[in-house]
Amino acid sequence: MSTRLLPAPSAVAAAFWEGLRNGTLLTHAAISTERALKGLAIGGSIGFVLGVLAGISRPAETVFDSSMQMLRNVPHLAMIPLVILWFGIGEEAKIFLVAVGTAFPIYLNTFHGIRTIDVKLIEMARVYGLGRLALFWRVILPGALPSILVGLRFSLGIMWLTLIVAETISASSGIGYMTMNAREFLQTDIVVLGIIVYALLGKLADAITRLIEARALAWHPAYQPAATRAAP
Amino acid sequence: MREVATALRLREGGPTVFQETDSVLVRTETLREFAERGLEERSANGEAVLLDGLSKSFGERRVLSEFGLSIPAGQLLAIVGRSGCGKSTLLRLIAGLDRPTSGTVSVGGAKVQSLQSNVRLLFQDARLLPWHRVLGNVGIARANGWRETATAALADVGLADRANDWPAVLSGGQCQRVALARALVSRPGVLLLDEPFGALDALTRMEMHRLLERIWREHGFTTVLITHDVAEAVALADRVIVIRDGAIALDNPVDLPRPRREAADTSAVALQARILEEV
Repeated sequence: MSTRLLPAPSAVAAAFWEGLRNGTLLTHAAISTERALKGLAIGGSIGFVLGVLAGISRPAETVFDSSMQMLRNVPHLAMIPLVILWFGIGEEAKIFLVAVGTAFPIYLNTFHGIRTIDVKLIEMARVYGLGRLALFWRVILPGALPSILVGLRFSLGIMWLTLIVAETISASSGIGYMTMNAREFLQTDIVVLGIIVYALLGKLADAITRLIEARALAWHPAYQPAATRAAP
Repeated sequence: MREVATALRLREGGPTVFQETDSVLVRTETLREFAERGLEERSANGEAVLLDGLSKSFGERRVLSEFGLSIPAGQLLAIVGRSGCGKSTLLRLIAGLDRPTSGTVSVGGAKVQSLQSNVRLLFQDARLLPWHRVLGNVGIARANGWRETATAALADVGLADRANDWPAVLSGGQCQRVALARALVSRPGVLLLDEPFGALDALTRMEMHRLLERIWREHGFTTVLITHDVAEAVALADRVIVIRDGAIALDNPVDLPRPRREAADTSAVALQARILEEV
């Protein structure tokens, strides 16, 4: 088979080694990760704050929810031409796209998580004298956390996807740029390497979320070792 | 004697241990002596509850109308009635969770306007926060020094060794004991119980009756117990009232020596029959 279509695995391994040795691979991966995390931090915070507001207050729900539901259905990658016009091809454009993509899953799941908290627990907390802040920190937030973490996992997937697209269209660094550049010179080994690096970064992000879940949801019966679960 | 009983309870081997505890009690002390000693020890922490002309409607439906009741401080009152007779509504009004349509509730001479810090409510389901460990649930209000008071309250209900467990691994009876400890932490003047033992099996329920009776005698809070189990009412209460159609159909003192054994003597059985007639 022609190496123009698919490189030999050994060629990919060699490219990987060469990339590690001259440092370009790590540089590009670091830049991509930085963009991804910045976008997630901005978008995730916005989604979380709006989700909490809409979840705990009916007026806020009327204000945000229908517009969020409307915007959610717009494919955010369709905004790329507009984003390039607004921000050029600098860092802001890519971070903006990632932020837009990651805000919605976290918004939706935060909102849903808060709305599905057992009202009996909230009533109990009131009887036992918890104020508004204590109610939020000790009942509402932990109760919504399983749902919020599901939102985070969705967002992580969207985060990488958005970044790949954004970096292939307009960038001068990052894994997406590296692969697009390689395409110009028919370096299929680098292209495949880029895809593998994306897969590894995605897997890494997922593993970190699992760790967070295992720690933050240790109370949840589904996260406890089977032996310690009480018989029904 | 009490230390022995507590120690046995702490070891917690289920109902058999409790039966042993009882036989120890019977051997070393007559029931009468035990009851009298208990009465002397009863401290005066309870608050009197007064309901005056209390009415509550939900839309068109009138659940309580012109309801009047006086509960002296420290009394253990059982309210019996069919479901939907307004007994849970009554409890929510005393707790300040709902506002009456008309009439007043006062606790310890003060009119109830909102949720009361000296009134605690035990729900039918334990309502523990699954994301806090047992100790964190007991000290949910996080008052000053809550770890110490919560640990003491847990020891009081015989669950000192479960302080660091998640609620998900507890049994139904243990959950209710944690809920009881949570109610005791703030040393309430009034404890309201909304069928808290209804979902438990018979043996666990008897265990809980003994526990509640002991704690009530130690703390001396006024207790209102809602139940549809007449035997439970007669076994625990100083006084039983029956509510029918939002009004008191029967108000009867229970003059039996403590500690009681369910359906142990004829007067208890006769009283149960009488209450059942009214329900």
